[in-house]
Amino acid sequence: MTAEGRMAAGRDAVARRDPRRVRRLLEAIGRTSANQRDLPWTIMEVCGGQTHTLLRSGILDLLPQAVRLVHGPGCPVCVTPVEVLDQAVALAGRPEVTLCSFGDMLRVPGSHGDLLRARAAGGDVRIVYSPLDAVRIAAAEPHREVVFFAVGFETTAPATALAALEARRLGVRNFSLLVAHVRVPPALEALLAEPDCRIRGFLAAGHVCTVMGTAEYEAVVARHRVPIVVTGFEPEDLLEGILLVVRQLAAGRALLENQYARAVRSAGNAAAQAAMATVYAPCDRAWRGLGVLPASGLGLRPEWQDLDASRRFPPSTSAPAESGLCRAGEVLRGRLRPDHCPAFGSACTPNSPLGAPMVSSEGACAAWFRWRRTEVGPCP
Amino acid sequence: MCLAVPGRIVARQTASDPWAALGTVDFGGVRRSVSLACVPEAREGDLVLVHAGVAIAVVDEAAGALLAELVDRMAAAEEAGVAGAAAGGNEEADDC
Amino acid sequence: MPVICPTPVSESERIVLAHGEGARLSRRLVRDELLTAFDNPYLRPLGDGAVLPDAKGRLVLTTDSYVVTPLVFPGGDIGRLAVHGTVNDLAVCGAEPLWLSVALILEEGLPIETFRLVVRGLREAAEACGVAIVTGDTKVVPRGAVDGCFVNTTGVGRLRDGVALSPRRVRPGDAVLVSGPVGDHGIAVMAAREGAGMEVDVVSDSAPVHAMVAELLALGEGIRFLRDPTRGGVAAVLHELAESAGVVVIVDEAALPVRPAVAATCEILGLDPVHVACEGRVVAIVGAEAAEPALAVLRAYALGQGAARIGTVEPPSAVVAAGSVLVRGALGVLRVLDEPLGAPLPRIC
Repeated sequence: MTAEGRMAAGRDAVARRDPRRVRRLLEAIGRTSANQRDLPWTIMEVCGGQTHTLLRSGILDLLPQAVRLVHGPGCPVCVTPVEVLDQAVALAGRPEVTLCSFGDMLRVPGSHGDLLRARAAGGDVRIVYSPLDAVRIAAAEPHREVVFFAVGFETTAPATALAALEARRLGVRNFSLLVAHVRVPPALEALLAEPDCRIRGFLAAGHVCTVMGTAEYEAVVARHRVPIVVTGFEPEDLLEGILLVVRQLAAGRALLENQYARAVRSAGNAAAQAAMATVYAPCDRAWRGLGVLPASGLGLRPEWQDLDASRRFPPSTSAPAESGLCRAGEVLRGRLRPDHCPAFGSACTPNSPLGAPMVSSEGACAAWFRWRRTEVGPCP
Repeated sequence: MCLAVPGRIVARQTASDPWAALGTVDFGGVRRSVSLACVPEAREGDLVLVHAGVAIAVVDEAAGALLAELVDRMAAAEEAGVAGAAAGGNEEADDC
Repeated sequence: MPVICPTPVSESERIVLAHGEGARLSRRLVRDELLTAFDNPYLRPLGDGAVLPDAKGRLVLTTDSYVVTPLVFPGGDIGRLAVHGTVNDLAVCGAEPLWLSVALILEEGLPIETFRLVVRGLREAAEACGVAIVTGDTKVVPRGAVDGCFVNTTGVGRLRDGVALSPRRVRPGDAVLVSGPVGDHGIAVMAAREGAGMEVDVVSDSAPVHAMVAELLALGEGIRFLRDPTRGGVAAVLHELAESAGVVVIVDEAALPVRPAVAATCEILGLDPVHVACEGRVVAIVGAEAAEPALAVLRAYALGQGAARIGTVEPPSAVVAAGSVLVRGALGVLRVLDEPLGAPLPRIC
């Protein structure tokens, strides 16, 4: 998109991809990390959106060898366990149900097909951009049972909470939620608890922190003495975040820093947190690749459970089946680079995926496949 | 899905219930109705970040610019420090 | 009990099954609505086929079906789209568009006014393009079997003298041009759908390109190959070209013309403008020396405003195989031109 285009869009303030500044930041990262002990430093970017920027912009190739980025589990579609997806597919198969979902859930493989196939078989599956759209559909179509498939981290949880509040305010009875929301901090704790964890620093997910603030990450820093920098999603954001991490590592410090100051305040968004506290309580949640993490999910509080789709439509007990070839778990923990997976690009492609990371807009495998499947070196 | 897109509030509707606050946000030639329930302080003309139909933050462009400036100064100091260290081997003081 | 004649009153306000049955109501529809709209000497006899004059040259034949929803959208309607699309296919083959057939499949219950709107779109577009609609067909199917109206147009043109457009003529060093901003049509149609929930300042770019293309072709053998990017956008055209020509195409991301509103909408929806349909654009592969003259020709037309050079043809190498399409990003790094993830926008054309 042209520079004039960006200006006209009034988003010049947030464009943040100036090639000259990028070069200077890369040089600074190179200088700071040169001749340090225990190189390379392994840094994990938590959010899938950050992974996509790193790959799409080419920054991953431009970083010095001293800094090695591994991709984290920050892809809510990817970490949703297959049992929950199967539940969604089963709901879509009910003639009275209209299943509303974010677009990139549609091609995630479940044990018995995906939501796209459920739609082709006659299921009423509709892509929505917001859970509030699902409430509107329910209000407009009172003869349908509208279920919203609520996937997402704390960035998305407020929107689902507002949808629950809206449904109750409007007296919409034909609306329910299949809740699969997850919280990021328990995942970081789980990764840091792994005995051979080599992660030296984290780029925390900027939009999660926009909502939740930074307190939970201060706690992780204090417990594990690892630098965490809350980072945005544009190329300059990521490089600033990486520079702040390597500076801490070079100086032997471990602090919480906020690179994404234009969107993140340390207290987070009070109104969003209040909406979440009204509707949710923490619950144990299974994560693909990480197992069950205590208090890692957000579930509906007792007074909101009339909106729980799992109660309204009791799930079947058929056993889940996942591809034995799929190594999504290792990818999500930063242990396997997508292109090193034997199935990458052959048995597993976006059109015929073995697992979620190859089809999610935030999946690491999808990012590698989209932008790196031909080996092309960086330009001089 | 953690994608949040910046846009300007062009109209803010009044609502009796603060959880129902809605507004129209312009993302640069495309306008959408957005929940403003989580940004009660936001006014028409403010730049907000919108995710899944909900504004989750008012963009504080000044804070962003300040941080960028800080990083630039850090990088410049380092560059000078490296040049200095090559000559005298001093460690620079950190101040952030 | 008197037998009620099943033929509805002829002043019905909706299309009914009888309109497609070939009997009285059907003939009336053809005569009153279609013949009067498209009137020309080849159509007038209303034979089973149109007897056409000697074209005095090689013929080019193309066909396309149009299933766009909604039927009417900012910047056009299915009628206009169906004429422009087929005229453009003939044009990029190097042909002068001459005659069209129009086949309509109408849904029972379609309001007559909507039908007339589609016919008007077909007529006005055909007149503006200087083509005649010489034969056609009308079927009516039960409610729900199609969504309002589907249209097929088949076009015949005469290959212009001296034209030799082919992927085989494309060679390394050639320039890749696009005649204007990409993605307008797909975004305009998507935003016009009920439930889209967004208001977008974009209209479809549906337009006939044959006059502009004729002038481009007059530049001579520097014009190697032309395509109109519809479904799948510019990306689909470049992938097909790279494969059929056995070359590598490198696109300069910053040079791709995109309207700000299209870019913003794509960002919200998680789309890439290179995958979004156009309906009034041409992708041209031209010799390096022909690039500037070609751009000058394009920019002289209203629908060629914003024409730009977006890339270059390169030879395949040990590292980059023939058929690859790569993008050079703002930071100078090359990446693969991505394929769309998930279902792209359906029913755009």
